[in-house]
Amino acid sequence: MTSMQPEDLIRKAEALARHAAELAQQADALVAAATRTTVATPAGGDHFIFLFSIFVLAVFVGYYVVWNVTPALHSPLMGVTNAISSVIIVGALIAAGPTDMGVSKVFGFIAVILASINIFGGFIVTQRMLQMFKRKPKK
Amino acid sequence: MSHNLSAFAYLIASICFIMALRGLSSPVSARVGNIYGIVGMVIAIATTLASPEVLSYTLIVIGVLIGGSIGTVVALRIQMTALPQLVAAFHSLVGLAAVFVASAAFYNPSAYGIGTFGQIEVGSLVEMSIGTAIGAITFTGSIIAFSKLQGIMSGAPITFRGQHLLNALLGIALIALVVWMCMDQGAPKFWMIAIVAFLLGVLIIIPIGGADMPVVISMLNSYSGWAACGIGFTLGNTALIITGALVGSSGAILSYIMCKGMNRSFFNVILGGFGGESAGPDAAMLKDRTVRSGSADDAAFIMKNAGSVIIVPGYGMAVAQAQHALREMADLLKEEGITVKYAIHPVAGRMPGHMNVLLAEANVPYDEVFELDEINRDFAGTDVAFVIGANDVTNPAAKNDPSSPIYGMPILDVEKSGTVLFIKRSLGSGYAGIENELFFRDNTMMLFADAKKMCEDIVKALEQ
Repeated sequence: MTSMQPEDLIRKAEALARHAAELAQQADALVAAATRTTVATPAGGDHFIFLFSIFVLAVFVGYYVVWNVTPALHSPLMGVTNAISSVIIVGALIAAGPTDMGVSKVFGFIAVILASINIFGGFIVTQRMLQMFKRKPKK
Repeated sequence: MSHNLSAFAYLIASICFIMALRGLSSPVSARVGNIYGIVGMVIAIATTLASPEVLSYTLIVIGVLIGGSIGTVVALRIQMTALPQLVAAFHSLVGLAAVFVASAAFYNPSAYGIGTFGQIEVGSLVEMSIGTAIGAITFTGSIIAFSKLQGIMSGAPITFRGQHLLNALLGIALIALVVWMCMDQGAPKFWMIAIVAFLLGVLIIIPIGGADMPVVISMLNSYSGWAACGIGFTLGNTALIITGALVGSSGAILSYIMCKGMNRSFFNVILGGFGGESAGPDAAMLKDRTVRSGSADDAAFIMKNAGSVIIVPGYGMAVAQAQHALREMADLLKEEGITVKYAIHPVAGRMPGHMNVLLAEANVPYDEVFELDEINRDFAGTDVAFVIGANDVTNPAAKNDPSSPIYGMPILDVEKSGTVLFIKRSLGSGYAGIENELFFRDNTMMLFADAKKMCEDIVKALEQ
């Protein structure tokens, strides 16, 4: 023990303190994760199940709504579904949103362009199609 | 904007999208429906822009301006006959956007609250890779569909030995890569997933022939929805999940309707190889038979003396851009007091509803246009069936020749009408590569010409 210098002791103490801080951080993260699951669970399963329920219900809504679409309007249906599926732009906006430049921001920017082409193009071409559908003029 | 408030706004946007589809149940409500769709999109975008994650707007504004102007110009300029390839091109963009959003989330997961780079939650990784894989398949698959429709690539199916085995192996490789990536979070694996899926997209679509394009387009429509859904799960965004599910099921239903219109199973279409080679078993025998051909004057005379005419348009009308000349002809017939109706087969054209749009473009009122089920019984009591650019959908072999590849397919019973006038450029077979015995029937008169030219000539003859 005589060989132990005060500097060494200080260094060791510092390392220990760092380790303790890390452990505390991990504990915090665990607590956060635990609360997330316990808060979500009573409402009906965890977050994924919640989203999955929405998904399944939306598939059913889609099924019944689309069977009601008249066959004459199947082309505009493709146009409009194409436009609304570009709501994927919300993901692109979040990626392009941060202030600091990065590879993720570049990807987001490209995705914003692609999705915008679709949104504008899809809605406009659908509108063009729908405007052409006219009834027989009344005599 | 608080978390609850934005979730509520996304819900409103989703409802708007449902209303947009709901509107399409009738042409009257459809235009309002489209407005709902636009409103929903504006709400969804505004909500995201107001969220705390989005801090810098420069690139976003530039991106929307570039994309928006390209989309606007293309949508305003496109010819209605080129609609199928436009839709295919648009699908490819949704697919590629999904890949880019997924990769953005992969490199900067903290922006989406799903962990940090290299430490992404496994559930999110799985969702992300599903979104990427489907998006990538949609992208390259749509590009191939686009090339086939645009004529850059031959519409004939491309098949080779071991094709299905190769696709199956690639599919298994894809799943293995997803599992592997979830274990070590490696970026190279993420890109390998994308590359394998890109390849798979090409291989899935090349064996499918031109005449099956309505199914392909609907299927890719469906895929683009599922890709959006996968990304929606990654982001935990309900608007994206709901919209993706709506689009996915819409495309699936359209594919189902198209398959039913050809009496083929979905897998039969997907496995491909249909069409291209001549499949008619009695093709040689048919060659010896005689056909009755006529001129525009003959056709005009027959129709002038008829009481009712049913027009059967097909893809050939789109190719020849004959819809305007056809409508002019129909107007003249109506002036003579002749009843004119249009009969549309579910798979006529290259995308669902293609013919309806072209006729609407030529100012044909939509209440004169009927679907197969509505009009098929009327052929028996009709004097003239005027077939323009359609072929396989009128082939009686589908009803009475069990060896025919199209046997069992629902067809328009044009042969039951008094006279069949059949515009065709030559005696060649249709896209399915099958001889049409209708050409050799006694009550058929072939009009050998370009569809547009023939309609114009008939108009001239009627005016005399």
